[in-house]
Amino acid sequence: MAVKLTEICNQEDGLAPGHRACIGCGETIIARQILQAIDSPVVAASSTGCLEIVTSPYPFTSWRIPWIHNAFENVATTLAAAETAYRVLIKQGKIEDRGIKFVAFGGDGATYDIGLQFISGVIDRGHRLLYVCLNNEAYMNTGIQRSGATPMGAWTTTTPVGRVVPGKRENRKDITAIMVAHDIPYAAQVAPHAWRDLMTKVQKAVAIDGPSFINALCPCPRGWRYDTDKTIALSKLAAETCVWPLYEVIDGEWKLNFRPSPKRPITDWFQSQGRFAHLLRPENKHLVDEIQEVVDREWERLLERCKVAG
Amino acid sequence: MKSWKEITWGGLVMEPGSSVAYETGDWRSSRPILDEEKCSNCLVCWVFCPDGAIQVENSKVVGIDLKHCKGCGICAEECPRKAITMVDECEAKAEALK
Repeated sequence: MAVKLTEICNQEDGLAPGHRACIGCGETIIARQILQAIDSPVVAASSTGCLEIVTSPYPFTSWRIPWIHNAFENVATTLAAAETAYRVLIKQGKIEDRGIKFVAFGGDGATYDIGLQFISGVIDRGHRLLYVCLNNEAYMNTGIQRSGATPMGAWTTTTPVGRVVPGKRENRKDITAIMVAHDIPYAAQVAPHAWRDLMTKVQKAVAIDGPSFINALCPCPRGWRYDTDKTIALSKLAAETCVWPLYEVIDGEWKLNFRPSPKRPITDWFQSQGRFAHLLRPENKHLVDEIQEVVDREWERLLERCKVAG
Repeated sequence: MKSWKEITWGGLVMEPGSSVAYETGDWRSSRPILDEEKCSNCLVCWVFCPDGAIQVENSKVVGIDLKHCKGCGICAEECPRKAITMVDECEAKAEALK
């Protein structure tokens, strides 16, 4: 069923205003879109991270749905326990099945690095929950430290730019492919500018009788160093430069959801954010070429996986 | 301040969405102004607002929640009809006092 803004806009937001997210935050846009997309009762959980901090400064909560916070690493297993309890209590006839959906939110630090084995276990055991990675490409909540999701060449406070080191030297992990390697029934990459694509994917994910994974790009004005009104524009640019391809994998079948025409050069992406400003200096030209090659190689591999001609 | 005997077990917060009492509109340095004549109610501002500050009634944009709008300017940037413009918050406040 196609998502219509004229219909969903009349529902109350699952996430109330008054949260303390930075001005122009991408995460809260995505959290709102996800909760608006699900047409059933939702139980949510967050690992330690930006979304958790900004929505729950005691004694306030921004959540209008049942929500639990647990440590950096174990949001997936915490919510898996809630999901298991729910299933068991229904089986024992103690509660009725209200079609509750379970959604876990983790940042890229919690997903790519700290919580990886917990998420892996939850997918392995086939829990019926959606895990969403709110990917702002660094540990933004603690002050912009490098994570496994930080792209090559980016400045962070732990990959500072100097005469010797030009930002992060390593490429990021392909966590979505790692999740697909678990033989997960549904995995996808989304970005907030493509709200209909995002909401449709969330609806597909929660309809599945098993685990699902969504990796959402969250532009971050503070950590990426750009003006607060450009959050959605940057989300779009990420898709157009192919640094953030939008695709889904259903039972091992890869499907491309957006193909830019023309594909924009990586320099457009670097010019848009302060974290890449140093790459535009003449002495770093070789790095720009190197990163463009990496992006091209990953894009070609994705086209092959999606069985789309290059 | 409540004592430990009065707070809920485990520090549970029992009131859903209680953060509405915290007015993040105080953070704003520029204010969105909606031109209702230009607005076509496409609701793009609503779906892209990080703070849920676009007020909607019966699928129509009816205003902006200035108690919570932080003034990021995404709505003005993304509006296809340029129906929202950002103005300086101090000037908007001074204008309101006239």
